[in-house]
Amino acid sequence: MGTQGTPSLLVILPAWNEQEALPGVLDELHAALPDADFLVVNDGSTDSTARVARRGSTMVLDLPLNLGVGGAMRAGFKFASRKGYDVAVQVDADGQHDPADVQRLVDALAAEQADVVIGARFAGRGRYVVRGPRKWAMAVLSFVLSRIAATRLTDTTSGFRASNKRAIELFAAEYPAEYLGDTVESLVIACRAGLRVRQVGIEMRPRAGGTPSHSPVKAAVFLGRALLALLIAVSRPMSKGAKEMSP
Amino acid sequence: MSGYAFAVASCIGLVAFLVVLLRTRRLREKYAIIWIVVGLGTLVLSAFPRTMGALAKAVGVQTPSNLLFAVALIILLLVCIQLSVEITSLEEETRTLVEEVAMLRFDVERVTQDVAAGAGGPRSAGGAPGGPNER
Repeated sequence: MGTQGTPSLLVILPAWNEQEALPGVLDELHAALPDADFLVVNDGSTDSTARVARRGSTMVLDLPLNLGVGGAMRAGFKFASRKGYDVAVQVDADGQHDPADVQRLVDALAAEQADVVIGARFAGRGRYVVRGPRKWAMAVLSFVLSRIAATRLTDTTSGFRASNKRAIELFAAEYPAEYLGDTVESLVIACRAGLRVRQVGIEMRPRAGGTPSHSPVKAAVFLGRALLALLIAVSRPMSKGAKEMSP
Repeated sequence: MSGYAFAVASCIGLVAFLVVLLRTRRLREKYAIIWIVVGLGTLVLSAFPRTMGALAKAVGVQTPSNLLFAVALIILLLVCIQLSVEITSLEEETRTLVEEVAMLRFDVERVTQDVAAGAGGPRSAGGAPGGPNER
């Protein structure tokens, strides 16, 4: 729908069994962003996510298998790349992200000359709190990734991001499907390809169901897997596509 | 029947089984090759058991059977790693195919809708209504 001159915006919602939350989220997004296109990537849902997603002008990419968030997002980026979108924003399908923040992220792409903008919790706005070991784990990740990105990143596991055309092309070719690959490792890939990563503070809304776990064992496993993913991502030889991109 | 004859017989059976699998295309050559090597190696060792003793002495292992076990473990480990690598590349291929299928399904739905709406002209041949500027 993007007219000449204004960048065309695609909002990508990876959805796995989100039939309850999705219709409301889509209606809100359509109302908040009348000019954007919406793509629901149905990640092999076993419920009627694909059916409820076909509302209005919403486009649906129906994956026949469950690939995980990373897999769904690479499919979304490929779609954005092939259809020639200028900006892609990833938004959770469970309604945690405020539709009003999408435009702020997109504006920040231009204002900060960034290639990737992360909508970050714990960045001044909002009251989202994590406690105990999980908090420490996230702090370690933020510290390391801030160093790599040469900017302050407070929320590296956020699933709310905007990518410009350069980032779309990169992520369409390689967006990891591994655990935490869609968040932590994709940032490392972006930084190593020379993309500028910035963040914008956002407010989180309560999830439709379920609360984040505070079990120390789970947090330790999370930290271990995250650090392993980080270590491998940082030490991995750069692929050809990413190398060509880096200055 | 001595133990060695039994070993020789099993090895010949194993290699014959592999050849059958290969002939019926149920096993690809790249996976069969290591098993054939293992089978033939074991065949030689069971036909000439003293080779094992000489080998053990050469590498400094006191009990020949321990050398055999160690080598067998290493070979099995390597085969497992090879299979994990193959699974990983299969998963990556699956992922790419899933993406393509989903995108084709999307285009087919669009084209079908256009045809149903009576607009199945040159517009749908572009394949991508919905995209802002198809390349």
